[in-house]
Amino acid sequence: METAVTERGWNFKVKPARQSSEQHSSGAVRGTPAAGAAPRTLIQIRGLGLRYGEKAALEDIDLAIPQRRVTAFIGPSGCGKSTLLRCLNRMNDLVDDVRVTGEILLDGVNIYDRRTDVVALRQRVGMVFQKSNPFPKSIYDNVAYGLRIAGARRKNALDAAVEKSLKSAALWDEVTDRLRASALALSGGQQQRLCIARAIAVEPEVILMDEPCSALDPIATAKVESLIHELSQRYTIVIVTHNMQQAARVSDLTAFLYLGKLVEVGSTEKIFTARDKRETEDYITGRFG
Amino acid sequence: MKDFWKSGDPFVWLTGAMLALSLLMVTGLVTLVLVNGLGFFWPRGVERLVLDDGTVVVGEVSEREAIPAPDAPLGTPAEYRLQVKRGNRDVEGSDFLWIDEARIARRERPADVVVLERREWGNFYGEISALRQADRAVATGPAEAWAALEGRLSEALRLHEEIFSIEKGEIGANNHAQERLRLRLRGRELRGARDGAEIDAAHREIASLQAAYQQSVERLTRLRQGQNERLVATIAGGREVEIPLDKIVRAYRPNRMGAFAKAGFYATKLWEFVSADPRESNTEGGVFPAIFGTVMMVMIMSVLVTPLGIVAAVYLREYAKQGPFVSAVRIAVNNLAGVPSIVFGVFGVGFFIYTIGGTVDRWFFPEALPTPTFGTGGILWASLTLALLTVPVVIVATEEGLAAVPRGVREASLALAATKFETTWRVVLPAVLPSILTGLILAMARAAGEVAPLMITGVVKLAPALPLDGFFPFFHFERKFMHLGFHIYDVGFQSPNVDVARPMVYMTTVLLLTIVLFLNLTAILLRNRLRRRLQVSAV
Ligand SMILES: Nc1ncnc2c1ncn2[C@@H]1O[C@H](COP(=O)(O)OP(=O)(O)OP(=O)(O)O)[C@@H](O)[C@H]1O
Ligand SMILES: [Mg+2]
Repeated sequence: METAVTERGWNFKVKPARQSSEQHSSGAVRGTPAAGAAPRTLIQIRGLGLRYGEKAALEDIDLAIPQRRVTAFIGPSGCGKSTLLRCLNRMNDLVDDVRVTGEILLDGVNIYDRRTDVVALRQRVGMVFQKSNPFPKSIYDNVAYGLRIAGARRKNALDAAVEKSLKSAALWDEVTDRLRASALALSGGQQQRLCIARAIAVEPEVILMDEPCSALDPIATAKVESLIHELSQRYTIVIVTHNMQQAARVSDLTAFLYLGKLVEVGSTEKIFTARDKRETEDYITGRFG
Repeated sequence: MKDFWKSGDPFVWLTGAMLALSLLMVTGLVTLVLVNGLGFFWPRGVERLVLDDGTVVVGEVSEREAIPAPDAPLGTPAEYRLQVKRGNRDVEGSDFLWIDEARIARRERPADVVVLERREWGNFYGEISALRQADRAVATGPAEAWAALEGRLSEALRLHEEIFSIEKGEIGANNHAQERLRLRLRGRELRGARDGAEIDAAHREIASLQAAYQQSVERLTRLRQGQNERLVATIAGGREVEIPLDKIVRAYRPNRMGAFAKAGFYATKLWEFVSADPRESNTEGGVFPAIFGTVMMVMIMSVLVTPLGIVAAVYLREYAKQGPFVSAVRIAVNNLAGVPSIVFGVFGVGFFIYTIGGTVDRWFFPEALPTPTFGTGGILWASLTLALLTVPVVIVATEEGLAAVPRGVREASLALAATKFETTWRVVLPAVLPSILTGLILAMARAAGEVAPLMITGVVKLAPALPLDGFFPFFHFERKFMHLGFHIYDVGFQSPNVDVARPMVYMTTVLLLTIVLFLNLTAILLRNRLRRRLQVSAV
C-alpha cells in the first residue's frame, strides 16, 4: 500500500495512511479512537511566539498534534524546529532570557500557565535528543533513572520495567548480559536506542525526538525508524528531522517551518506530493536548505 | 635556519629540557633525603682512634670533610678531618668531635666495643667489665658481663614496660576518672547544689579511686626496687662509669655483627621509629604520635573540606547567576590559595579557638574553666584551619569537573522529570567525583606538608596523649597533637643537639613523603576505579 512518488529525481516512499486494523494490532493501546475516525488532537499550539532576548525564533505558530501519530517538523537549519520541539516540554525554560507568548494546550490545559508543574509535564512529555546522552552510569541505571526519580523503589518492578523498555527499544537482546556495564561503552546507535528506552520507561504520553538519527549509520537509522513506527501505536511522537526520506517514511503529519514561521502543515502524503506553498516545494526538492 | 625554527623541533627540545630539569631537581631532593635518612639506622662500625699525643677516642666516624684553608696556595693537597660520634654525653659534654686526620696515629676496630642506647644522655660507647646486682657482682670480665647483660636486658625492659603501663594505664585511667568526677562536682556546684545523695556518692567514689591510686603507687615503688642492676663500664679515656640497667634500651657490639645481624638490627630500629614514642626531647626513639597526629589531622581535614568545597563549587557553577559578581568571587577563591598560610593560622586562632572555642567552653564546659577545653589549640581547630586553607583547591577542581559535564546529560535528566537538585545530586555529582578526588588529593598533600598555621592552632612538640584513645568519647578533638612537619622543624632547628638529631630530620622527612605518597596513591586508585566505572564515551 505504499505510494512511491517520483518527482524530479527524488524518490520518496511515503508512509501509508494508517488503517484501523493496524491500530488495533497492539493490545496496549490506550483509549483507541474509533476505527477510521480522525485522530484526537493531543497538543494544540495557539499563536506561539518565542524570543531569545531580542531575537524572535518563533512567530505565531498554530498547530494541532494528533494523538498516537508521528508528526514531523522539517525545515532549513536555524528555522526553529528544535526551539518549537523544546517548547512542548518546556526545555527552553533552562535558557536564560527566553520569552514565550501564546499557548500550548496539552489535553486542553495550557502548559505555559503559571500554575503548571513542569516536573509533572515532563513526566507526560518525554524527550530524545539529537546527540545521544546516556548518563555515565550502567545501562540498567540509565533506564531505571526516570522511574527512580518518580519514586519507584521496588526491585522487581524496576527489573520488569527496564526489561520491557529495552525490549520496546529493540535493545534488549544486545545488552541482556551486560546490564550492569557502563552505558558509555555502547555504540552510538545502541546509545541512542538506550536513550529511547530511557524515555519510554517512564511511560510518557508524548515522545519528542530531535533529529534522533543524525549521528547514526543507515542500519542503526533503520532500526530506530522501525522503532518509531512501533512506538507510534502507543505514543504520540513528534520528530525533528533533516532527512526528507525519513520524514516521509516515518511520519503521518509533516509541518514545514521556515524562518520561525509555520509555512505549511498537512498529512505527509500531501506535503510530499501536492504541497501548496512555494517555499515547501523548494525545500523538499532541494533547491535550498 | 628559518626552516629549522619553523619545524618546531627547538620548541620540542626546550619543553623536553625543562621537564628534565624539573625531574632532576625533584629526584635530586628525594635522593638526598633518602640517602641521608635511610642509612641512619644501619649500625656503623665503631673505631678506636689513637692520636699522636696518646689520646684515645672511641666512636663512629660519621663524616669526612676537607679542612677549609682559604690562605693556602692553589694546588696544595687538601687536608681532611673526621667527625666522630663518641657519645657518652654525660661524661664528655657533647656527642661529636672533629679530629684532623693528620693527628691520627692509629685506627682500629676493637671487637669488644659495646654500644648502649640509653634513655638519657644518648649513646654509650666503650667496654663493659662487670654486671652488678645491688652490691654483689653477678659477672666480671667483658665476655661474662656481655653474656649476663644479654640475658638480663630483656627482663629489665619488661620491667620498665610494666612500670610504664602502670603509670600510663592504671594511674592514667584513675586520674581520668577522678578528673571527671571532680568536674561533675564542680558543675553541680556552679548550679548551686552543694549536698545531696549524688554528691556524696561522687565524693565516696573519689575516695575509693584515691585508695586505688595509693595501691598503684606502692606497686610501682616495689617494682622500682627490683631495678637494682648496674653495668660497670669503661669509656675511651679509661674512666669507669656505672650504668643502671633500666636506663638501657638496647645493647649491641657492632664490630662483631655480620650483615645479617645488621639487617635485623636495621629492621628493629625502623620498626621502633614508626611505632614508638619519642625519647630524649624527640631526638631518639620513634615518631608514632606524630604519624598518628598527621594522618588523623589530614583525615579530619578531608572530611571537613570535601563537603565544603563541593557545596561551594556547586553553588558557584550550577545555581549562581553567572556575572561579574560570581566571576569576582571565583577570582577571590582562586587567590585565597596565595594567602600566606600563617595568616590562616592567625585566623584560626582568632576565630576558631578564641571565638568559637571560647563560646563552646562557656556553654558546655563551664565546670572546667578557667582551664580551656576547646578554647585552646587542638586537632579539630588545626584541621578546620587547614580545611579553610585547602578549600580553594577543592572548589577549583570541582568547578572544572562541573564545567566538563556535558549539557546534554543534564538536559536528559531534566527531560526525565528530575528537578534541578535531583539532576545535580544523581547525575552531575557522580560524574564529577573523579575531579573532586583530584582536588582532594592536592588538598591532602598540601595539608600534610603544612606547618606554619599548625604551630599556633594545636600542634605541640610532645603531646601527652593521642587524640584517639580508649577513654570515652574516644575521639578527643580538643587535644593537642604532634605532626611530622612540625617534628622536622622542631628536631632540626629547636633541638639542643642538632648533630645527633639531623638523621632523624631526614628520616622524618622520608616518612612524611611516604605518608603523603600513600594517601595520594589511595585516592588515585579510588579515582581510577571511579573513572573506569564512568568510562568516557567512545562516541
Ligand atoms: N540558546 C539560544 N540562545 C539564543 N538563540 C538561540 C538559542 N537557541 C537557538 N537560537 C536561535 O534560534 C533559532 C532557531 O534555532 P533552532 O535550534 O530551533 O533551529 P533548528 O531549526 O533546530 O536548526 P537545526 O536544524 O540546525 O538544528 C536560530 O536562529 C538560533 O540561532
Ligand atoms: Mg535543531
